[in-house]
Amino acid sequence: MTEPHDDPCAHCEEMMQPYLDHMLSDDEMREAEMHLDECEWCRRRYRFEESLRRYVRQAANQPMPAGLKVKLAALRIPLE
Amino acid sequence: MAEASSDAARIAAEARDRVRFEEEALALADQVYSVARHLAGSREEAEDLVQETYARAFRSWRSFQPGTNLRAWLLRILTNLNIDRGRRQQRAPQMQALEANDYFLYDKLAQDDGGLTDEDRVVERLSQDDIVSALSAVPHDFRDVIVLVDIGDFSYQDAAQILDIPIGTVMSRLHRGRRVLKRELAESVAEDVR
Repeated sequence: MTEPHDDPCAHCEEMMQPYLDHMLSDDEMREAEMHLDECEWCRRRYRFEESLRRYVRQAANQPMPAGLKVKLAALRIPLE
Repeated sequence: MAEASSDAARIAAEARDRVRFEEEALALADQVYSVARHLAGSREEAEDLVQETYARAFRSWRSFQPGTNLRAWLLRILTNLNIDRGRRQQRAPQMQALEANDYFLYDKLAQDDGGLTDEDRVVERLSQDDIVSALSAVPHDFRDVIVLVDIGDFSYQDAAQILDIPIGTVMSRLHRGRRVLKRELAESVAEDVR
């Protein structure tokens, strides 16, 4: 069982990263979800974090420079 | 006679395995580059690093165990080369002033926008340049983990093996690194406004 917290939003914030990483225990997961069901303030911030992670992944994904693949293929060891 | 033909068969089988290995490795080049781009300091450095990685991988292909994660194996070579090239050894990152809490970037962006309600729109206030430069400002030890897990989509376990650090260290650096990244993003937004 998890203990009640003085400041449930602060506690919810602490659980955000492990929640999104699917690293919470079942009890903690239930606790976070119960709080998120009733607290729009935290819910928005969780949704933002999810969007941010997605966005960082997209923005950071940079195409390989043209020509690099050819250079890499040229490094293959020729068959004898 | 029989020995000579079994030798030839063995050599042919090995050549087939090697070609297959090389093709599988080359098919991952985009993904390897994408991670390398953020581990290395610049685009040029990333390109060199990827080439060195593939040269080494092709030479030592026999040490790859078929059926295991080839992308993680390539990234392991790449991170080792990156360290050899003068990147300081992995050590406990210096503790900087404590970052603000985990909600603060949202609070900052939403407040600047007069209370936008759509979280996706709030995120879009950040440009691709903001993200790339904020990421490069995150100290190496934190950044390596963010790049592998959040961008490269590696599990904690794979990241721990690639970087040769305990899984608990992966988790704590990831947690802290994400906060540092958000602090950098908040600063880049503040600069844009000025």
